[in-house]
Amino acid sequence: MNDGLRSVVGGRIDRARPVHFTFDGRELTGFQGDTLASALLANGVHLVGRSFKYHRPRGILAAGSEEPNALVAVRRDEARYTPNLPATQVEIYDGLEAHSQNRWPSLSFDVGAVNDLLSPFIPAGFYYKTFMWPRRAWKSIYEPRIRAAAGLGESPTQADPDRYSNRFIHCDVLVVGAGPAGLAAASAAAESGARVIVCDEQSEFGGSLLGEPDGERAPKIEDERASAWLTRTVDVLTRNPRVTVLPRTTAFGYFPHNLVGLNQRLTDHLAEPHPDSPRERQWQVRAQEVVLATGAIERPLVFPGNDRPGIMLAGAVRTFLNRYGVIPGSRAVVVTACDEAYRAALDLRDAGVFIATIADVRGHASGPLWEAARRAGLAVQTGTTVIGTSGRLRVNSVRLARVDDHGNVVGDVQTMPCDIVLMSGGFTPSVHLFSQSRGKLTWDDKVRSFVPADPAERVRSAGACRGTFALAAVLEDGATAGSAAAGDAGFVNTPRRPAAPAVDSAIGAYAGALPQPGHSVGAKAFVDWQNDVTTRDLAQAAREGFRSIEHIKRYTTTGMATDQGKTSNLNALGFVSHEIDKPIPEVGLTTFRMPYTPVTFGSFAGFARGDLFDPTRTTPIHDWAARNGAVFEDVSLWKRARYFPREGEDMHAAVARECLAVRNGCGIFDASTLGKIEVVGKDAVTFMNRMYVNGWTSLAVGRSRYGVLLRDDGFIYDDGVVARTAEDRFHVTTTTGGAARVLASMEDFVQTEWPDLSVWLTSTTEQWAVIAVQGPHARRVLEGLVEGVDITAQDMPHMSVARGRICGVPMLLFRVSFTGELGFEVNVPADFGLAVWEAIYAAGQQHGITPYGTETMHVLRAEKGYIIVGQETDGTVTPDDAGLGWAIGKSKPDFVGKRSLQRPAMTATDRKQLVGLFTLDPQVVLEEGAQIMCERGQQTPARPIGHVTSSYHSAVLGRSIALALVAGGRARMGATLYVPMPNGDVPVQVTSPVFYDSEGARLNG
Amino acid sequence: MLLIECPYCGERSELEFVYGGQAHIARPKNPADFSAQEWTDYLYQRDNIKGVHAERWRHTHGCGRFFNALRDTTTDHFITTYKVGESPPAALNTAKVGP
Ligand SMILES: [Zn+2]
Repeated sequence: MNDGLRSVVGGRIDRARPVHFTFDGRELTGFQGDTLASALLANGVHLVGRSFKYHRPRGILAAGSEEPNALVAVRRDEARYTPNLPATQVEIYDGLEAHSQNRWPSLSFDVGAVNDLLSPFIPAGFYYKTFMWPRRAWKSIYEPRIRAAAGLGESPTQADPDRYSNRFIHCDVLVVGAGPAGLAAASAAAESGARVIVCDEQSEFGGSLLGEPDGERAPKIEDERASAWLTRTVDVLTRNPRVTVLPRTTAFGYFPHNLVGLNQRLTDHLAEPHPDSPRERQWQVRAQEVVLATGAIERPLVFPGNDRPGIMLAGAVRTFLNRYGVIPGSRAVVVTACDEAYRAALDLRDAGVFIATIADVRGHASGPLWEAARRAGLAVQTGTTVIGTSGRLRVNSVRLARVDDHGNVVGDVQTMPCDIVLMSGGFTPSVHLFSQSRGKLTWDDKVRSFVPADPAERVRSAGACRGTFALAAVLEDGATAGSAAAGDAGFVNTPRRPAAPAVDSAIGAYAGALPQPGHSVGAKAFVDWQNDVTTRDLAQAAREGFRSIEHIKRYTTTGMATDQGKTSNLNALGFVSHEIDKPIPEVGLTTFRMPYTPVTFGSFAGFARGDLFDPTRTTPIHDWAARNGAVFEDVSLWKRARYFPREGEDMHAAVARECLAVRNGCGIFDASTLGKIEVVGKDAVTFMNRMYVNGWTSLAVGRSRYGVLLRDDGFIYDDGVVARTAEDRFHVTTTTGGAARVLASMEDFVQTEWPDLSVWLTSTTEQWAVIAVQGPHARRVLEGLVEGVDITAQDMPHMSVARGRICGVPMLLFRVSFTGELGFEVNVPADFGLAVWEAIYAAGQQHGITPYGTETMHVLRAEKGYIIVGQETDGTVTPDDAGLGWAIGKSKPDFVGKRSLQRPAMTATDRKQLVGLFTLDPQVVLEEGAQIMCERGQQTPARPIGHVTSSYHSAVLGRSIALALVAGGRARMGATLYVPMPNGDVPVQVTSPVFYDSEGARLNG
Repeated sequence: MLLIECPYCGERSELEFVYGGQAHIARPKNPADFSAQEWTDYLYQRDNIKGVHAERWRHTHGCGRFFNALRDTTTDHFITTYKVGESPPAALNTAKVGP
């Protein structure tokens, strides 16, 4: 397989191991060690994708993760389909199936390319300006069509079957990037004995060294070939037990206090991943010291037609040649503002590529690389710009012209045939992570880039990411940073500084657009390849008055694609700076945000998916309920039985049956989820008096009371029955969802406001199983089971509490009712909950005992007008609003919320108050949350006077009932109000919120 | 994710803590004597500081204790943490911020 597209020898690919893969169904072959990009180029494939907006043919621009064009989808099976992967980051394996994106019907003939012809009508801000009206059309018509036409890849259609893991780790020194600077830093730090983590996004360590030629032309480090030094250095690090070596691992985010997020890709490069292996692992590294050795990204040049397939970054071409043995063309034109391109031209020439010319934008060229090019007989034209290119699916010529000292294009146009163009505008240091860490950047005019200045974290930058490029200087910089970092982490050593060549190939840099003749021609000069942003878009934004780079970015979308402008931001900045005549540092820089490169959702989700997404809390009776056909609902983290449908019953029928069973016989209900707090101590009663609106001093041991908690702003926070089980001990219950926050709030007061009180709080929610037995037969069911307690009406009246035993198990028995019926709540240690439940259920059979769920509980309490916090209350409801004014201990000097209740607004008569509503048609059930109006047919805008909080069909009343909060509601008894619904206003009559047994006789049965 | 030093347990991840708002706002002993304005100020008025902020945290998933902290709101860096009832360390203005 050599048709002149591979060098004969060299490179880091394994020529003994061919790899078969497909691209858009075409069967191709590469070698082990190839990326998809290098393998495609080795097969002569330059056309890899279509651009985002104009559907222009695009090739491979870069060799690394900054690639903006060559985005592909990789498909393993129906569920494993990953779109938008840079081909430069996809390692090929046998059977790899890759697809191009954003084209129809095919990559070489794409109907969407008509957008390119229409482009004069798609200026910057086009979407903002055109699709403004009518507003409702945006969601239904414009947005879906724009999204379909201007597309990235498609989403997978099935749930992700892979596993993702995560890990927390601490280290002394984290080194991000394993190029020469990072390796020198990691080695220096490791030699001091520090625990080191070193990661790199690439499949192998080496960074820029991987793109160097091997053999006799190889750069020397410490008197050995760079490749040998690399192998040895990585080997030493790998064998050091205190060093963690992480290839294929991207540091994607820098978070406060030196927390760095790493994403490690474990299986994407394998033909047959081990089924037990996670696909990715996310590391959260807390580092004492961080060394950033993230390198630099080569900058494209901006000239008309600079996006044709075959036009590539010079350094990328060098990497494809030296690392992968790929010869990406036969006749090259080199355009440059930087010495790097000379190195690339020399390497290409050695590989047998004809270098048509080196067009140097700079007026004067000099230095060792220029001299080497001259010695090699390469044609160099200084003061030369590109004014256009040709070639439909691949570049076939460039047009060059001379530039005078003032930047004006002069003289004849020279057309140069070629099949590849190398360009270099210098290097942009990768300051992404440093900037994310909130470190300050400063403008460096020499490299025409921002470089790190004052850090905000314990972080150092080394090598190219801070504008140091010559290999000798980079190695020294890395060793110094690694040693200093280890030193600051408490490990002393003297760094060795590996000797290396001092040639700096990164001399020269350009930001902005190359000089063009007169007023610009039709051809587009791209600044942002991925988002299809041209100089014309940026010029227009400047013309329309945009000055802030953040605004220009959003208006033109430059730098807003998935590559976040890695290759484009500096050119955009340089161009805008020129347009608005303001120096670049004054134009400013857009914010760097995580992630550095896209990270899968799976990596962030980690194990937290499916059953592990959220903890699930179940009661001791859960399995019984499941066996007996319960339908469950989520209440905070709890699974609660909602109803127990019998054969053929829907929820409505089941709930109606359960309700009547409780009203006429006996029901059994699992109330174990109720929050429970044990309040203990000699100051327990004082504490309770301060926390609750109620007075507790007079509550006798063995009695309980309905308690209401407020926030200090006077609004209801939680409620629940509280029993006094000893002089110094209260058994507090809370709502199911409020248990944790009530305990936290109580702890807050105990710890910070009243530390003098001797009182202790303990959550006992899961200590107890709570079995509610409710209904006229409740006593008869329990009679034969309880011991040591007399549950007759005289000895155990409503709201009394007693200790005893049931089925031989210790029991705290409440005579309490949330149904309005005679009722008991049996509290037993959770471990015995199921056994006691089953015993009660068995004993209740002769009385028709019926298990019921939360839905029935809701209906029963609504029939009695009992509120549910969070349903009848919404954080703006006072006790009086909810009809609970009676609960307030009037003689207490203070309690949480008392002062607020005295504010005038809290006692106004037009506050929303709890009332009942009867629909005039008894079979109409209102919608919860529906608004309430005082007149029929009011036009909007109109002010509702209240809303429906609870609404059910009541089986015992044979009609619908609703609870509502209505302004001045208690003064409106009997009035007719209206609930506007889509089908017209529903008339309702205001009534008491107690619909059933209003005198409470059944409670005392 | 912040690294927070609980005065009772030592350094722990932010995951274990819950933020508790501005510190050193004691609940009045005699709310009844407060005017409506004073009570409103106590309930709702909080500083919005750019710089060193005294605030409450609770080591909810640890010892459960409330404590106070000085944190620079511009960098998120903690300057110090201290126990409830203790005064904020002096020299707020000269406190070292950052690494
Ligand atoms: Zn703690």
